[in-house]
Amino acid sequence: MIRFIITRLLNGVVLLFAVATIAFFLLYWGAGDIARQILGASASQETVDLKAEQLGLNEPVFSRYGEWLSNAIHGDLGASWFTNQPVTEAITSRMGVTLSIVIGTVILTAIVATILGVSAARYGGWRDRTLQVVSILGLAIPGFLIAIFLVRIFAIELGWLNATGYIDFTDSFTGWLKSVTLPIIALSIGAMAAVAQQVRGAVKDAMRQDWVRTLRSRGISENRVVYKHVLRNASGPALAILALQFVGLLGGAVIVEKVFAIPGIGQISVTATTQGDLPIVMGIVVFTAALVVVINLSIDLLLGFVNPKVRLS
Amino acid sequence: MTNESLLVAENVIVDYPIKGIGNKPFRALREVSIDVRPGETVGLVGESGSGKTTLGRAVLGLAPVTGGSIRFEGKEISKASPRERRALSKDIQVVFQDPYTSLNPSLTIEQTLTEPMRVAKISAKEASRRVTELLDQVGMPSNTLGRLPREFSGGQRQRIAIARALALNPKLIVCDEPVSALDLSTQARVLDLFREVQEETGVAYLFVSHDLTVVRHLSHRVAVMYQGEIVEYGDGDKVTSDPSHDYTKRLLLASPVADPGRQKVRREDRRALIDASK
Amino acid sequence: MSEVTPIQPEEVAKEPSTGSHLVRRLLHNPVAVVTSATLLIIILGAVFASYLAPYDPNNSDLQAILQGPSSEHYLGTDGAGRDVFSRLLFATRYSLAGALLAMGLAAIIGVTSGLIAGYFGKWFESFSTWVVSLVMALPGIIVLLAARSVIGPSLWYTMAIFGLLLSTGFHRLTHAAVMGVRNELYVDAARVSGVRNRSIISRHILSVVRAPVIIQMTIMLIVAIALQAGLGFLGLMDNSIPTWGGMLGDAFAKLYQDPQGILWPALTIGITAMALALFGNALRDEVERSATPKKAATGTKAAEIVLSDVPTVIHQPADADREDLLRIDGLVVGYDQPDGSLKQVVSGVDISVKKGEIHGLIGESGSGKTQTAFSVLRLLPHGGRIAAGTVHFDGQNLATLSESEMRKVRGARISYIPQEPMSNLDPSFTIGSQLVEPMRKAMGMSKAAAKARALELLDRVGIPDPKRTFKSYPHQVSGGMAQRVLIAGAISCEADLIIADEPTTALDVTVQADILDLLRSLQRELNVGILLVTHNFGVVADICDWVSVMQDGRIVETGPVGALFANPRDEYTKSLFSAILDEEHARGAYVAPAGTAAGGK
Repeated sequence: MIRFIITRLLNGVVLLFAVATIAFFLLYWGAGDIARQILGASASQETVDLKAEQLGLNEPVFSRYGEWLSNAIHGDLGASWFTNQPVTEAITSRMGVTLSIVIGTVILTAIVATILGVSAARYGGWRDRTLQVVSILGLAIPGFLIAIFLVRIFAIELGWLNATGYIDFTDSFTGWLKSVTLPIIALSIGAMAAVAQQVRGAVKDAMRQDWVRTLRSRGISENRVVYKHVLRNASGPALAILALQFVGLLGGAVIVEKVFAIPGIGQISVTATTQGDLPIVMGIVVFTAALVVVINLSIDLLLGFVNPKVRLS
Repeated sequence: MTNESLLVAENVIVDYPIKGIGNKPFRALREVSIDVRPGETVGLVGESGSGKTTLGRAVLGLAPVTGGSIRFEGKEISKASPRERRALSKDIQVVFQDPYTSLNPSLTIEQTLTEPMRVAKISAKEASRRVTELLDQVGMPSNTLGRLPREFSGGQRQRIAIARALALNPKLIVCDEPVSALDLSTQARVLDLFREVQEETGVAYLFVSHDLTVVRHLSHRVAVMYQGEIVEYGDGDKVTSDPSHDYTKRLLLASPVADPGRQKVRREDRRALIDASK
Repeated sequence: MSEVTPIQPEEVAKEPSTGSHLVRRLLHNPVAVVTSATLLIIILGAVFASYLAPYDPNNSDLQAILQGPSSEHYLGTDGAGRDVFSRLLFATRYSLAGALLAMGLAAIIGVTSGLIAGYFGKWFESFSTWVVSLVMALPGIIVLLAARSVIGPSLWYTMAIFGLLLSTGFHRLTHAAVMGVRNELYVDAARVSGVRNRSIISRHILSVVRAPVIIQMTIMLIVAIALQAGLGFLGLMDNSIPTWGGMLGDAFAKLYQDPQGILWPALTIGITAMALALFGNALRDEVERSATPKKAATGTKAAEIVLSDVPTVIHQPADADREDLLRIDGLVVGYDQPDGSLKQVVSGVDISVKKGEIHGLIGESGSGKTQTAFSVLRLLPHGGRIAAGTVHFDGQNLATLSESEMRKVRGARISYIPQEPMSNLDPSFTIGSQLVEPMRKAMGMSKAAAKARALELLDRVGIPDPKRTFKSYPHQVSGGMAQRVLIAGAISCEADLIIADEPTTALDVTVQADILDLLRSLQRELNVGILLVTHNFGVVADICDWVSVMQDGRIVETGPVGALFANPRDEYTKSLFSAILDEEHARGAYVAPAGTAAGGK
């Protein structure tokens, strides 16, 4: 098991390094006249040259990469070209907001998808048809479209919930809950559809296994067979898809945040992107990739926990 | 003996790589030697993991031969290039165990049967004549052609697989447990078919099976495999009724006969053998 | 030697060849027809946008801002006074084109690389797997946002990059499908026939991948549409090109002034995506349906039950003095068909098993022997039921027992030994916990007592190191050991009757002999009755006291093993006995065929 964790961890580090390196070169080679862009068209050529000198833009890309990397290893991702705010500070303050929504969505998705998927697989009939309808809707309708309609109905027409803005849960838990309810619902429908469908398939597969009959033949009750044995065996594929959804939700949150005017990672990425604020863009890339590595690692550990074959080989 | 043999395998070694860095490969065959003469059936018998299937696959070029040599009509084939393999395909053919997965479910029987002939650049007209002939030879009606494999029973599919193997008039067919998945009565009929085909065409068989009685029924000579090695090799009748190696004896005494009286004796003999070897 | 027996024409299934084309099937699927018609209308609108649009999509009339629908502007105007209908037509054109670009690129790259990786493997497989994990390490939108900071707001570049990202989906799908097919025997057979790699891929492999790739295409189109709309909504796309997302973004900015504005672009996106999703679903249904042939329902209409009227050959009536442990009378087992008929697999079976007797139930595949055995446990596969007859065990009719009463019988009174040892143990739990669980549930034993008994049982069934096996997981033991574990489980709750379904079929002969010895000695020791299902006459001769021969859902002959084997009287039984390979006669010595190199000898 320890060897398994170490190889996974090393894999993650290599992946993170590769992502950062590729992103750095693509971004810095592809960028145009950054200093001009920062200062605007009206600035004189001298000030632009001076700015370029200050930002180290005249040095070759390789040496800038070396510098960036050695700083990054020490936890320093540079500062925004436009606001001078350190990148780590700018991102961490917003990542928390995004994560609180994404994690909320993942938890809601996992619970509802398990209930939907298991009952559809076990009983079929109207439960199965409900699941099929939910999955078609979830697949077809983009999350932000749902978000827009939720805003229209609940915030504008009914005025029940906050249409926009975000309240940190350290300030007020109920306030936080009110501000994240609509975004979480908007995001979770798509994820739910995918995960529930997977749970249904995995449970159906497991129910077809020979050992289910053998367990029944030993007088084990049906609930125990389903909730102890079948679900445990079905959790592998379900967890794998949940990890994929987690990554997808990080992306989906970017757009949904705009609908609800939530100051998360989405807002800063859009600003940095339009401005061409490369240190911030690099920071977002590295942070997200690191997050994905951590998520995948934890899912792998969970998979190892539920599947002895993974754990013991 | 070698100059009259069709197939000669000498000291064949097959290693299967194990996934992961630093893992030693798994040695499925340890220096195995065997030979098959024209029109002869050589039976390969053994339990799971004995390497019998691997030897068959090595002859077919489907298993990685790490050492030793396999010669067909005097020509080394264990390291044949894809082009040489294609040339060999008209001489060496195969019938697999599972008639359900050995035919492509989405191709019609005609498409399956003409495939080897297309490769051999036989004209479409000639191929369709040959296909009718083949179906007749394996006892299938000619309205079989346009149908898909799933419309046939296991025994019928196995007949079709035999027809495919015979398409190019091969000199050797490797038969990998061809009757193990079949019911008792079907099994007997398919075995008869194998024998008739051999008597008609003079094809040789390398016949792999876990069942000593099946092998005995069909083989002129029998090789007994155990853990990647041949432990006994010789005349079929002798090996399967009066074996000299301990393992072959155990194998023979372990397979139950359909006669309560004789089975009782066999059971006691087996007990005695096991007790004696303790 | 008999002549080759030609297959009787009626043996060949009469079903017409189902090579019918998928397209034809889709034309008969109402969902597929409606959705493809919808998609066609949308596509035509996009293609002929220039002819259909009454206005230039970018022409803003500041005198007519946020107007409602009118005869002048069918769908009204937007915040910049542009005609919504015209804009929508052009937006559909550009949005669809962008999504198609991404999807097409993704499919071409992904399928090609997936085929190469799956079929040829080697370094390309590891490399591509690594690239895929690299791409999947970032959400697509983050990559596109980063890309936008250098390439600017170009719709086409953005969608091309997104196509690269999406190609991983096609790659994984194709790769997995090819891996599944690559080791199929029919691919091996094609290789042995000298078929070139190129033709194996196009003939045997592409045909398997085709349908899932098309389904994946519809999904990827939806994903591309959603992502593009999202980027447009964020205002990150070129403003001069109308897109659905751009229109949504504009309308959203004016949400408070004109709550209806978002409706048209949202509806268009929704309808297009729903049509694609439903079409993909219909396609999947049809593909799955064509993979599983419609079984001709041989069942009798309206669940009418037909009892076999052919008499059973009875060698010797069962000993009336000895009490029946299990008595099956007139058992009929059937599967309900969609048309309301019943497909009968067992048609009136009578069997009695005495205490301490091993009763062999022998037959070929499809004879109904396993179905008979499962009905005793009431564990028939999904859809199967006991349609008639009684199953008397210990004074109660199991056929009519409630499920909860039946659960008390299973394990504690009647237990089960399955055929395939490895697939009958739950891979996620230790062997020990699977032995302990039933004892605690069925016999109410304490954890410690159950564990002690489990160790004792493992020792009794001949497992060398019970403590270690107790802690092991199923994949850590051999098939023979796993079967011993399952036998230990079957005797753990001191059942009176054991249903053994081909308990040695999956094992090697030497292991089979050991297991038969074990079963024999346990049966004597515990004096249990065993109903043993098998297709092997040797096994019956070895271990059974009584035997019943089954064919087509009925018992054709029954009697004590000695009497029946010595003198089979039913024609079918006789034919089975004659099919058993004679042990007396071997093939004989080799004679070189004339005309070969060895012929002159």
